[in-house]
Amino acid sequence: MTAPTASAPAPTASQPDSMTRTLVLDGVSKQFATGTVALTDVDLHLRSGDFVTVVGPSGCGKSTLLRLASGLDDVTEGTVEVNAHATSYVFQEATLLEWRTAAKNVELADELRGLPTSQRRSRAQEVLDLVGLTGFEKQFPRQLSGGMRMRVSIARALVTDPDLALFDEPFGALDEITRLRMQTELQRIFQLKKFAGLFITHSVSEAVYLSTRVIVMSGRPGQVVADIPIPWDYPRPPELRYSSEFAALTGEVSTALGEHS
Amino acid sequence: MTATHARTQHPSAEHAPATPASDQSQQSSESDRLNQSRVGNDRPVGVPGPATRPSAPEVEARTLGTASTTAVPGPPRWRAALGKAAPILLALAGIAAIWYLVSYLLLPAEQRFLLPPPHEAFGNTATNPAVMTPMLEALGRSVSVAMIGLVIAVAVGIGYAVLMSSAGWAERILYPYAVILQTIPILALVPLIGIWFGYGLGARVIVCVIIALFPMISNTLFGLQSASAASHDLFTLNKATALQRLTKLKFPAALPSIFTGLRNAAGLSVIGALVGDYFFQQGPVGIGGLLRTYTLRIQMDALFTAIALTAVFGVAVFTLFAVLDRLVIGRWYGQRQ
Ligand SMILES: Nc1ncnc2c1ncn2[C@@H]1O[C@H](COP(=O)(O)OP(=O)(O)OP(=O)(O)O)[C@@H](O)[C@H]1O
Ligand SMILES: [Mg+2]
Repeated sequence: MTAPTASAPAPTASQPDSMTRTLVLDGVSKQFATGTVALTDVDLHLRSGDFVTVVGPSGCGKSTLLRLASGLDDVTEGTVEVNAHATSYVFQEATLLEWRTAAKNVELADELRGLPTSQRRSRAQEVLDLVGLTGFEKQFPRQLSGGMRMRVSIARALVTDPDLALFDEPFGALDEITRLRMQTELQRIFQLKKFAGLFITHSVSEAVYLSTRVIVMSGRPGQVVADIPIPWDYPRPPELRYSSEFAALTGEVSTALGEHS
Repeated sequence: MTATHARTQHPSAEHAPATPASDQSQQSSESDRLNQSRVGNDRPVGVPGPATRPSAPEVEARTLGTASTTAVPGPPRWRAALGKAAPILLALAGIAAIWYLVSYLLLPAEQRFLLPPPHEAFGNTATNPAVMTPMLEALGRSVSVAMIGLVIAVAVGIGYAVLMSSAGWAERILYPYAVILQTIPILALVPLIGIWFGYGLGARVIVCVIIALFPMISNTLFGLQSASAASHDLFTLNKATALQRLTKLKFPAALPSIFTGLRNAAGLSVIGALVGDYFFQQGPVGIGGLLRTYTLRIQMDALFTAIALTAVFGVAVFTLFAVLDRLVIGRWYGQRQ
């Protein structure tokens, strides 16, 4: 793809491209053993620098989509192609191991890969600093607040320097204030790390604020019903949320949601 | 006695922020505290607090740092210990009071031998080496039987549970044996064990193991299965081996339940040793055997002393594991030193 001229809306899924994509879902359908059809014929293309957010009614298959992308589950139809040396997954709950300190939680992936301790430590320290948890390395999860636990969880996902980062409603359980802060933080990290991000949320404003593209899914069985590019460069100031352009885009997403739920 | 899943998660909205000032944990009972902290993983996170402010991490670092290093000025250690022991001491005093009451006020003098007052019962025995020495030797035998039995029950119980947790089919095949073992009344088995294995200490160890095994198995299994689906996904995504999953996820997640099992098993193992002693009169004498002898001979002073010794033994074992539990698990789930 050639260098974008204007303020460059991120490429949409419809644009064919010879460059390798980080994640390609092609005609993906998923039916569970119970008979539930969670997804039908989903196409989704992601490259590094894309931050794609998926919104859709509850139960439409958003989590399923992430599980398929991560390989935790297998597709019934279609193909999933991942071109990433490391994929990370941030769960809705922080999912920290209560018996490990913050640093030890972050080190988990490297530990499982058998990286030497000293290397593990410095890598963990780096991402803990990145998420603003310097000084909290030795705290056990229960000693941390909800927002801090989520930061540890994000640090744990970033420690392997992933090219594909999957987020399943990571801020869904946080209070509004913490949530807004975490959005700013995540955006800063994304700007720095330039992974391909696939982010699920129930919040339309979160979706518009964070992403380069918002994908709207219909109710079950989930289908992509709208693919809305978000034009702004990063970093996006928090005040952007109160602009009329922002309102227009959230309106567009909400309309797409409303029409298809 | 066999309450196995004492630490299942119960809904609790409690969320103690990690501020050094919060001293609630001192007030809630130990088990409560552990229960509350166990819900941490499933509790919806997100209680707003100053600690989440990204703009001032240095300030928070200091605040939290103090929580773990410098202790809050509080009562000295021995006073805290006394405070914790107070209810037990009070209970003991209460028992003694009732004992004296029954002995002196309820029982007519000619029947006082049925419940001699504590100072007489213990005093007469303790000052009589001819009774006291064999009693302590017998206690020593029973203690070693109970402890050996416990160690075996713990090793076998954990191993069995790990095996069961390795696959669904393994659990389906192996669990019935554990249940059958649990449902056969031990008293029906003890004579048989005597016939098969003799009346020595080995046979008594077997009784202990049989009696203490089930809580170990069931608690460990419950614990091994307690890790959340999401944390299993985490290990799957990181391509963890089965051994890594066991040692770094399932086993640590199981430790609180294992300790619950351990405390139950320890208590049962003491009972097992006494039951073995009591039935196997032919072998070396344990404290359970003496209980029977004293009963038959109506040696009331000695009988009460023996009962008190077994009670002390049981309490000591229970306390030992409660303390161990706090040392290991408390670190993760919020015990404050
Ligand atoms: N393992 C499973 N077995 C059977 N059905 C499942 C399974 N996982 C999910 N489903 C079903 O598939 C559908 C989609 O589930 P999914 O969790 O992907 O929804 P979601 O969009 O993430 O919902 P929410 O927004 O509430 O998280 C639901 O109807 C759900 O019941
Ligand atoms: Mg979901």
